[in-house]
Order: sequence, then C-alpha cells, then structure tokens
Amino acid sequence: MTPSQTLPHDKVPQDAVHHDDDSPLSIHDMTVAYHRKPVLWDIDYAAPQGKLVGIVGPNGAGKSTLIKACLDLVPCASGSVRIYGKSYKEQRHMVGYVPQRESVDWDFPASALDVVVMGRYGQIPWCFPPGKKDKDAAQHALHQVGMGDYANRQISKLSGGQQQRVFLARALVQDARVYFMDEPFAGVDAATESAIVTLLRQLRERGRTVMVVHHDLQSVPEYFDEVLLLNMRIVASGPTASVFTEENLQKTYGGRLTLLSEAAEAIARNG
Amino acid sequence: MMDWSWLIDGWIIAAGAGAAMACALPGTFLVLRKMSLMGDAISHAVLPGLAIAFLVTHSRGVLPMFLGAVIVGVFTAVGTQVITRYGKVESGAAMGVVFSILFALGLVLIVQAADHVDLDPGCVLYGNLSLIPLDAPEGGIPPAVINIGLALLLNIAFVCLFFKELKICSFDPQLATTLGINANLMHYLLMIVVAVTTVASFEAVGSILVIAMLIVPPATARLLSDRLGMTLILAVVIAAISAVLGHVVAFRGPVWIGLDPSVSIETAAMIAVMTGVIFFLTLLFAPRYGLVGRWYHRVKLALQIVREDMLGILYRWGERRPDEAFLKDDLMKAVGRGTLARVAFGSLQRRRAIENAGDNRIRLSTAGKDAATKLVRDHRLWEGYLATHFDLPLDHLHEPAERVEHYISDDLSQQLKEEMGDLGEDPHGRKIPD
Repeated sequence: MTPSQTLPHDKVPQDAVHHDDDSPLSIHDMTVAYHRKPVLWDIDYAAPQGKLVGIVGPNGAGKSTLIKACLDLVPCASGSVRIYGKSYKEQRHMVGYVPQRESVDWDFPASALDVVVMGRYGQIPWCFPPGKKDKDAAQHALHQVGMGDYANRQISKLSGGQQQRVFLARALVQDARVYFMDEPFAGVDAATESAIVTLLRQLRERGRTVMVVHHDLQSVPEYFDEVLLLNMRIVASGPTASVFTEENLQKTYGGRLTLLSEAAEAIARNG
Repeated sequence: MMDWSWLIDGWIIAAGAGAAMACALPGTFLVLRKMSLMGDAISHAVLPGLAIAFLVTHSRGVLPMFLGAVIVGVFTAVGTQVITRYGKVESGAAMGVVFSILFALGLVLIVQAADHVDLDPGCVLYGNLSLIPLDAPEGGIPPAVINIGLALLLNIAFVCLFFKELKICSFDPQLATTLGINANLMHYLLMIVVAVTTVASFEAVGSILVIAMLIVPPATARLLSDRLGMTLILAVVIAAISAVLGHVVAFRGPVWIGLDPSVSIETAAMIAVMTGVIFFLTLLFAPRYGLVGRWYHRVKLALQIVREDMLGILYRWGERRPDEAFLKDDLMKAVGRGTLARVAFGSLQRRRAIENAGDNRIRLSTAGKDAATKLVRDHRLWEGYLATHFDLPLDHLHEPAERVEHYISDDLSQQLKEEMGDLGEDPHGRKIPD
C-alpha cells in the first residue's frame, strides 16, 4: 500500500507534509467520513500532469466521495488536498467539475445555453449578469460537443446523452486545468460516448488533466492513460498498462478489507 | 356592503396585489427547488417571532416584527436541516416537527401579546385586508401598504441582483459551491426573504393563506413558461390578476349569484381561491402542458393516422385495379367506422384528396394520389430498411412500417431514400413508387 500509513494520532506536523507542488492534484493522507463512518481511508495520491485518469472501483468504493472531497463539497476528517500546490479555495478557477447527470432536476426552466453559461458564473462578480462574451463562449462550447443546434432547447426535452454533453460543455467554458467528471459515460448513447472520448483527448492535447469516475472496465485501457483503483482505500494507481491488471482488479473488486469495514462500523457505532 | 370607492377598494387591491406579487418572487424559487412546504413552514413559524417582538416592545413596530420573523425564519430552516440529519426523518416530517410546534407556541404567545398590544389574534391568522384602508392617515398611505410595498421592492431587488446566483443555486447547488457561490448562504438568504415577505403580508392575507400566494402563482407560471425569467414575470402577473379578480369577486360575487348585497366575502380568501381557479384553468388550457392541448394533439394525431390509412388503402387498391373505384362503405369498415372515421373521411373530402366516382364509390384525386404515394413509398422503404438491418421474417415487416409511416418527416424520408438507394421493390416484391 501507500508509503505514509500513519495513524491519526501519529500525525506529522503540517509543515512537514509533503505535497508535490507541480502535480495538478495532490492528496495527502486524506480520510473522509460520513456521520463519523469513514468511507475513504488514508488516501495518498498525486495525479500526473496532462493525463486522462480513470477512477475505478465497485459501488460504494467512495469514487464520487473522493471527487467531492477534492472539491471541498464534503469535509475531510483528516489530511489535505492541493491543486497545483495550493488549497482548493485558492485554485477554484483552475478546476472544472462535471457532476452526475442525475444530481440535478432537468425539469428546471432553462435552455441548454443557460446551463452552459453557468460554467462561467465563477468568473463573473456577484450580482453581475453574464455578458455577450460568456454567451458566445457557451455557444462555442455547445458546438464543440456537437450540440450547437440545441442551444435554445429546453433541457428536459434533451435525451440523456445530450444532457450529458450539455454538462461537458458547461465544464469546457470553465476553461479549467484540472477536470473532475463523475460518471460522464453513465447511460449515454454511442454517439455521446464517442463525442466524450474525443473531447477528453482534446483536453489532454491542451495539457489538461482529467479525473474520470468510470464504471465500464472493458473500455478503461482504451480511454485512460492512468487508473486509480479504489475501494475505500487506494488499491493501486499508475499507468494503465502496468496497474490495470487482473491481480489488482481482483484486489479492488474481490471484497473489502474485512478489518477496514469492521473498524468503520465500530467508529460509527461508538462515535 | 358599501359602494365601490377607489379610496378604499384601491388600497385593498394595492395591498392584496402587492402581497401576492411579493410572495410570488421567492415562491418561484421555492417551487423550483421542490421545497414548497418550506414556505408553509416559515409562514407558520414566524408567528412566535412576531408575538415575542410584540411582547418585548409592547408595540407593533415594524422593525422588531421583521427582526423577530427573520430570526425565527432562519431558525426554522436550520432546525429542519438539523432534525432531518440527526432525527433520521425525511425533510417533510422535520418541517412538520419544527413549524407545528413553533406555530402552537406562537398561538399561545399571541394571545398574551394581544393583552398588551392593540392586536386581534384572528387578524394575524387570516389577515384583515378590508380594514387596511381604515388605518390610513388623512389622505395618506395605509401603513400596511407601505410595508407590503417595501417587501415587494426588496424582493424585486433581491431577485434582480441575485438572479444568476439564485438560478445556479436552485439548479445545481454543488456546481455553485465549487465555483465559489455559496449555495448554503443563498438558501438562508432565500429563507430570510420568505420570512420577511410573509410578515409583511400577514396583515393583508394572514399567516395561513400566504402559502397560496407563495406557491400557486409560481406553479401556474411554470405551466406556461420554460425559462426562469419568464416564469418569474408570469408568476408576478398572475399574482396581480388573482388579487384584482379576488377583490372584485368578493365585492360583487354575492350580488352576481343573487345573494343579499350585505353578505360579505373575505377578500383575502377570495384572492387565494382565484389563484387556484387560475391554476386549474391553466392546467386545462395551457398551450404546451395543458390537458386540453395535449388531448387536442392526441385527437389530431389519431385523425391524421386514420386519414393516412384511408389514403394508403385507396392507393393499394388502385395499384391492383386501376380502373375500379372503391366502395365507400368498405373504406369506412376498413378503418373501423365510428366518429373518427367519419370525421377523417369528411376532412379528406374537404382537402379534395378523394373524388366521388358515383354509385357510392370513391377514388383518389391527383392531390390525394401524391400524398398517398409518399406514404406508401415511406412504408415500403421502411420495410426494406428493416429487412436489411434486422433478421426478420417477411410477415414481421408490415406492422412496424404501418406504425412508423405516419411519423416519417420529409427530412427522414429523404435520409431513408438516400440510405436505401434505388431499391425498386419492397421485400414483398411490390413496387416502391417514386
């Protein structure tokens, strides 16, 4: 397992914490808990620059939680996250996020363009409306995902795949350096799947780093340069060719570490 | 009953419409965020806030009232979240716990407060719209109207200034938070605005009916618009119309239905009834989401299908026996007779797609033949397409094509023609017409 297998009370002083400042995403000894029950244990990870990284693991492995903890959406019980060497709060302009499609209400009264423009909201000061520049950028992003003709379509009238592409366009207009995508391939049609893959490769060519929660093991070697195998802890991470092996998958999917689960239960019971 | 007087009725309408419009703005966001019940909870829960403000200050000062409401409003929102989280119940139950207890506490306190302050507890619950003009100083604006007007201005400013933030926090609070727009903060701001609005409105409509103003006009507007800005505008307009209608009906209604003009109807209640009436009318008649509109489209489609089936039957008959016209009665029988068949037949006659051949027989006109040719071509091309791409026995082809032919647009028809090329014949060996 990872080198720094420290217990919380043995914590090294904060200034001694090693973070790789050049890494787009560096996670140090992160533990995340829901209602005191740990769901991610001692995550140490440094993402390589300009690579497509697949986050793979069984249901309940904490894949979405990992992303949300990196984005400050759920608190870390311990440990820290750095984006290019600084905290998320200082670097949020460098980070793009594509949540799961089901996480929003698609009956909301908005057009596809409205939703894409939201990606720019972080760059517009409070109380100011988006301008023409923002709308042009959004229109351009819609074109990039092959949705240029659907700008004014009510979002509930789009198919699942089209909705997913709207979400991707929204991430594109954020013009981030690191992207986090939560299951962008879930339940999409073949056309959308290939559109997403093309887009991911374009992002990589432009030096972006993309972390993608992914479910379909078959396509992992084809889509991703690196993988992060997760099951409440990092089982293995690194280049797909060397890490995405039968043995590692067996470790990831072949059941939890019994003691880890039991310890989590005990903490939840007594906490 | 008194005669209509703009000095009195004008103020009543201003107060009612102002309150309804002020409520519609934050109400729209409650509806869109699927937390309509939160409006109900807050409007009830502000009661103890008001009562304590009355008890402490021994007056009906505006500022203490609003402060009391804001504190209790935020308390309700926080309390609901805490109880949902730790009480292991869904948010509806948590709201029920918080607001019913606060409301009951408020009822107890308000009776106490009534001893110290010139206050009718009933008025707090049901409002007293018709008495509002009586508080007006000579030639001046009644204080309640000023409060409502301020709340309306505040809400307009709130929605205009924070339009972008409200929009993203309502649609995707997680993304908002990652972008640095604090969705939690916006949530509590919205709750504060709801609390302030309900307090400003309680003199007009009372703390019970205010839920109608918060929820019904926005729900109606949502049926009419697919854009957030337009939904907000429509909600405000519908709120204003409800208020005006509500007062007019309350004022004139008894006379219209032949009652003694001295029978009085509470305007506030009638405004709430009117929001409901407008909602149901919209539900029936809204162009896109209305039930009547959807029914009309279904009937129209059914008619079109019968018409096209008739054209198809006549065409295929003409292929086999070009010289013999078709018996009208056979045609009606083939499409199942009934009203739909008669209406469809009449419609074909009016369009001059069929001609009378005498002796109760009919045939296709030139125009009818063109339309029928396209149908049959699409049908047979589709059979060809199915036969190419699916491994289906011949007898499985006709029925799907029969269904699909009615939905093939010109565009799709063109694509089909390009993809299938010059097929010549369908899989059954029948000629595909040009």
